[in-house]
Amino acid sequence: MINVRDLGVNYGNELALNNIDLDIPGNRTCAIIGPSGCGKTTLLYTIAGLLKPSAGKVLINDEEVQGARRETGVILQNGGLFPWKTVWDNVSLGLKVRKFDKSAINQKVAAILEELGILEHRNKYPTQLSAGQKQRVAIARALVLEPDLLLMDEASSALDAINRELIQNLILKLYKKNPITMVLVTHSIEEAVFLGQTIVIMKQAKINHKINNPYFGDEDIRSKSDYYNVCREVRELLRGEDEEQ
Amino acid sequence: MTGDLSLHIIISIFRITTAIVISLGIGIPIGLWLGLSKRADAVLSPVTYILYPIPKVAFLPLFMMLFGLGNSSKIILIISIIVFQIILTVRDGVKEIPTEYYYSVKTLGLNRWQIYRNMVIPAVFPKIISALRVSIGVSIATLFFSENFATTYGIGYFIMNCWVMVDYIQMFAGILAMSIMGIVIFKAIDLMERKLCPWI
Repeated sequence: MINVRDLGVNYGNELALNNIDLDIPGNRTCAIIGPSGCGKTTLLYTIAGLLKPSAGKVLINDEEVQGARRETGVILQNGGLFPWKTVWDNVSLGLKVRKFDKSAINQKVAAILEELGILEHRNKYPTQLSAGQKQRVAIARALVLEPDLLLMDEASSALDAINRELIQNLILKLYKKNPITMVLVTHSIEEAVFLGQTIVIMKQAKINHKINNPYFGDEDIRSKSDYYNVCREVRELLRGEDEEQ
Repeated sequence: MTGDLSLHIIISIFRITTAIVISLGIGIPIGLWLGLSKRADAVLSPVTYILYPIPKVAFLPLFMMLFGLGNSSKIILIISIIVFQIILTVRDGVKEIPTEYYYSVKTLGLNRWQIYRNMVIPAVFPKIISALRVSIGVSIATLFFSENFATTYGIGYFIMNCWVMVDYIQMFAGILAMSIMGIVIFKAIDLMERKLCPWI
């Protein structure tokens, strides 16, 4: 359960977040969408404990976030993979620093790589992988730590349309198999509607709308008109934001 | 007598290798410190900027007075040239590490030493290798210069002594040997890069 209370973040004199209030129930997904510079990534990073708020607070399971939590998994925009580590070493790094024994690390890493279909690439470096494979490695690195909260910063934005849908399907499949609280920031209306049970629309450092998405969880929703109705609703709200601007 | 050419080459390689190893030992920690501490950078970088452009060969007489006529003064002269390139390269390499890597290590829960080991040092290593390649040419030229004073060993001494003795065949052999020494050092750096930076 995430509770954001009266949150404000400043970059010098620039206001990045202003009076943000947001509740995300446990084991549910929330997609945050908005124009560039509206503060959505700042909100995500503050929930992750990577940025310090200048006002208000973020509570996760009733505890105030003071820094990066060990139970929070973060998938960064470009994956944040270390180019000098192989797929295996990138994924196992978090387990090593948590002092898991070698056999547990081997078993966990092999299992997650197998599940994400990248076990055969375990000895490759990130530069030897496609964009989609890199994103799978980034997902594996976050999920191998078995987080109770998964934060994703435009996890599929660097991918082509086909790979983007494959990654979105994968994330939904992983969520259905093991539901955890998930917050994702995206530019894509389709992604927000596909992966967000709650869709939060931001504008100029504030939250403007919250939409409940009753169609979340249907893997075939892209072929149904209901999906496009929700997309249209989100698009109109975003367009409304732009016109107001 | 100039003696066996291979002995001169071995002594020159020993001098230059020792200088490189010591330069890395001094330059990497200082460069990391300057890259990660704004205060250290503000205080020490101007000192580095003052010392770096001074032609170090001018210090050879001083180094011979301070550190003796043997290997030490020659090795220290080469160190004084390479070490600044290592310091500045490492410092700039640390500053160029993308913010997303810092976010990665924070979210994965790495402590300070784990961050050095898993992020900072691997990130700057390719740049150190490049700095070494750039500084090797100057180092060999400096070695040649320094081996003309107060020594009877080293490829610089060998070449100049053959020239004085009008033994041009040996002199050209020495020049060729010096080129081969350069190739060996560059190949050793290539090998080091392949071993330490296999992701490149």
